[in-house]
Amino acid sequence: MFFRLTAFVVIGLLALRAASAEPVTHTTLENGLEVVVIEDRRAPVVVHMVWYKVGAADEPPLQSGIAHFLEHLMFKGTDTMESGEFSRVVEANGGRDNAFTSWDYTGYFQRVASDRLELMMQMEADRMANLSFTEDDWLPERAVILEERGQVLESRVGGQFNEAMMATLYKSHPYGIPIIGWRHEMETLTGQNAMDFYDRHYGPNNAILVIAGDVDTGDALEMARQIYGPVSPNPAIAPVSRTMEPPHLAERRLRFEDARVGTPYLNRMYLAPVRRAGDQSQAAALQMLAAILGGSSTTSVLERTLNFEQGIALQAWAGYNGMARDYGTFSLGIAPVEGVTLEDAEAALDAAVADFLEEGVDQAQFDRVRHQIRASEIYALDDMQGRARQYGVGLSVGLGVDDIDGWVDALDAVTRDDVIAAGQMLLDRRNSVTGYLTQPTATSTSEVTQ
Amino acid sequence: MTRLLALTLGLFIALAAPLRAEVSITPVTSDSGLQAWMVEERSIPFVALELIFAGGATLDSDATAGATSLMTALLSEGAGDMDAQEYAARSEELAARIGFDAGRDTVSVSVRFLTEDADDVIDHVRAALTDPRFDADAVERVRGQMLSKLRRDALDPNTLASRAFAQAAYGDHPYGRASDGSVETVAALDIDALRAAHQGAFARDRVFIGAAGDIDADELARLIDRLFDGIPAEGAPIPDRAEFSAPAGLEVIPFDGPQSVIAFGHDGIARDDPDFLTAYVVNEVFGGGRFGTRLMESLRVQRGLTYGVGSFLASGLLGESYQGRMSTDNVNAAAAIDLLREEWAGIAESGITEEDLSRIQTYLTGAYPLRFDGNAAIASSMASMQYQGFDIDYVNIRNDLIDALTLDQVNAMAARLYDADALHFVVVGQPEGLE
Repeated sequence: MFFRLTAFVVIGLLALRAASAEPVTHTTLENGLEVVVIEDRRAPVVVHMVWYKVGAADEPPLQSGIAHFLEHLMFKGTDTMESGEFSRVVEANGGRDNAFTSWDYTGYFQRVASDRLELMMQMEADRMANLSFTEDDWLPERAVILEERGQVLESRVGGQFNEAMMATLYKSHPYGIPIIGWRHEMETLTGQNAMDFYDRHYGPNNAILVIAGDVDTGDALEMARQIYGPVSPNPAIAPVSRTMEPPHLAERRLRFEDARVGTPYLNRMYLAPVRRAGDQSQAAALQMLAAILGGSSTTSVLERTLNFEQGIALQAWAGYNGMARDYGTFSLGIAPVEGVTLEDAEAALDAAVADFLEEGVDQAQFDRVRHQIRASEIYALDDMQGRARQYGVGLSVGLGVDDIDGWVDALDAVTRDDVIAAGQMLLDRRNSVTGYLTQPTATSTSEVTQ
Repeated sequence: MTRLLALTLGLFIALAAPLRAEVSITPVTSDSGLQAWMVEERSIPFVALELIFAGGATLDSDATAGATSLMTALLSEGAGDMDAQEYAARSEELAARIGFDAGRDTVSVSVRFLTEDADDVIDHVRAALTDPRFDADAVERVRGQMLSKLRRDALDPNTLASRAFAQAAYGDHPYGRASDGSVETVAALDIDALRAAHQGAFARDRVFIGAAGDIDADELARLIDRLFDGIPAEGAPIPDRAEFSAPAGLEVIPFDGPQSVIAFGHDGIARDDPDFLTAYVVNEVFGGGRFGTRLMESLRVQRGLTYGVGSFLASGLLGESYQGRMSTDNVNAAAAIDLLREEWAGIAESGITEEDLSRIQTYLTGAYPLRFDGNAAIASSMASMQYQGFDIDYVNIRNDLIDALTLDQVNAMAARLYDADALHFVVVGQPEGLE
């Protein structure tokens, strides 16, 4: 029921390309707008998305949360449209609209009957250049984003824990700052801050248009040229410039205690390489490593070892996110059964990974994972919005259409030795933070009344 | 060009005609007499199959609360000659996506399989449905996971609010307790209870079947007979109806967090009520989980009191209520509750406007086709529409029914549905300013 949610989790485990069903078309207009068209004529529905290649990692100092605040304010009118009119028009046409902000991108989308595509394009092109709102709009909306932080982060201990993990993993890169912003800075954000951010980063030459669904590719491209073509490029757009990480010389550890923790667990996050345009082999090996260590709640190495064989885990996991502009992350974690300490669980987790790297990848499991990846290509064709999202995220973080299309082939090319090599390269604790999420220790429980 | 936009928008809206959902549903009857609804769609070589079994967690007794939930979680943990590892490995070899899900009113089975593997996947699902093992080690492992989830739920303000509201609404009826049971009941479940839950849940007399994708009627009929070979004719008796009995008023559950979670509501409209669709339309205007509803406009857009507020017709198999949810900073809780009461009284008194009605009609009729945009979504809709008791041509007439509603009908429903004086509130948090 909630709208304009922040995309905290960027991408699923198996991010897959569209198979060879219909070709995906990619072109760039003269004003710099990239256009991707994905034909899927099964239902009379179209998804229309505009992605700006700017996000929370591009915010000026003291203004954390401004990218997300602007995302909310993009619904507050233009020179010719009233506040709230955008969503009202989408709704009056039987459509759904929403938006999301990540560190690297900000996206806006509508799902509508395919004969309403032109109208969606007109409104989206309008707010690409003509945003306009008043204090009566932005002031209550600032209260809304503070309520949002209260609801989705501060009321969820897991969310707060994750925020603390990211802030500890990154020493200087802005991925360590929460997308929604730090509360004390959010409280000071103004409409002018948002407008300045808009003026500096929004424009066709910093955006990607993705159209997926019941369209003829030629017609859709022509419509995009007609409607988005006249929007002037923004001369203020500058290359992405962010503070990067210095070498990490020491592992970090944190212990997060809260009376609301129902199941204690530990998580470890490593800095990891991202998918690189033209060279995804290392990322593909890490994706396969994550699938083999943690891709199944039954047969993956960590679940089999720690849950089924040793009986010390309620759950154990591994995950890789390589869809980011600057740094990826690889996670390992375990929630121990009652009676097993987090310290003992961590030792068992480390031993399970070490044994795996020593013994190598089981051939039968490797074959099953590969088979599932190929099948996933077919299932992914059923999800038009998911396909559109893959291209939007990929292009936003600097990949090309060829890289998105070539991802399954890159996964397919990974050998068992590559998986082990990727694990050995990655698992340097100096690049990691290990966090314990747990109930307060005995000394401090006197204050807890629950 | 954008300067002209405002002039053209009105025109576009006026021209936007409601679209018909382009789904062609084939009714299928198997040799053994099972009924299914199917949509043939050949462009992707896979099939989505959805089974809904009515009953769900309401079939548990008070002492075995959680049995259906734990039983369902164990179906993929070993069947026939396969243990949990072997069952999962076989699913992976077949690249099938198999899900079992237990809810309050239903247990559902969702399967996606590549066309070429149809028979093997059906046999694999059938093993879980007819011959689950409930091995002792698997039971203890999954029980541990479920107990851990129950302990988390006990510290989650949203779950606490929903549980307290259900308890107040339905008391001793199965609707009044959590579908997953409690730490005490789940810890006490034995193999006999799990086997009984399994026997009671899956039967031909309560199943609703939908399918979509690379398949035709003859093949579907053959596959569902193959799947149901060994599934009994009758399941456990379904309990009596639940009467809504929460008193008007407010209960506060102290919880140490920055916000108050508020669950609110009163008696509702039965899903087989002839005017259910009218109530659905009124709720869409009032609080139906989008932007542009009265509740979102009043509490979020104008006042910034919440990130989200919504209302819903909780019309189940055995009983109905009309509920809403919101979260707000503790300091705002009293103001938010006053506004909710005010909006509630306002719509009961004054109803909605002609413009509201026309806007929501355009929205609902236009959005309807968006539901049918993939094999998995369509299979799920096919099963769900049968479960809810719709005729097979409903998909073709539903938009006409919405367009035919008059303002008088809608406002008569508003006056019937909304009763600000009957509202029951559950507030979980440290709300300020509440008595």
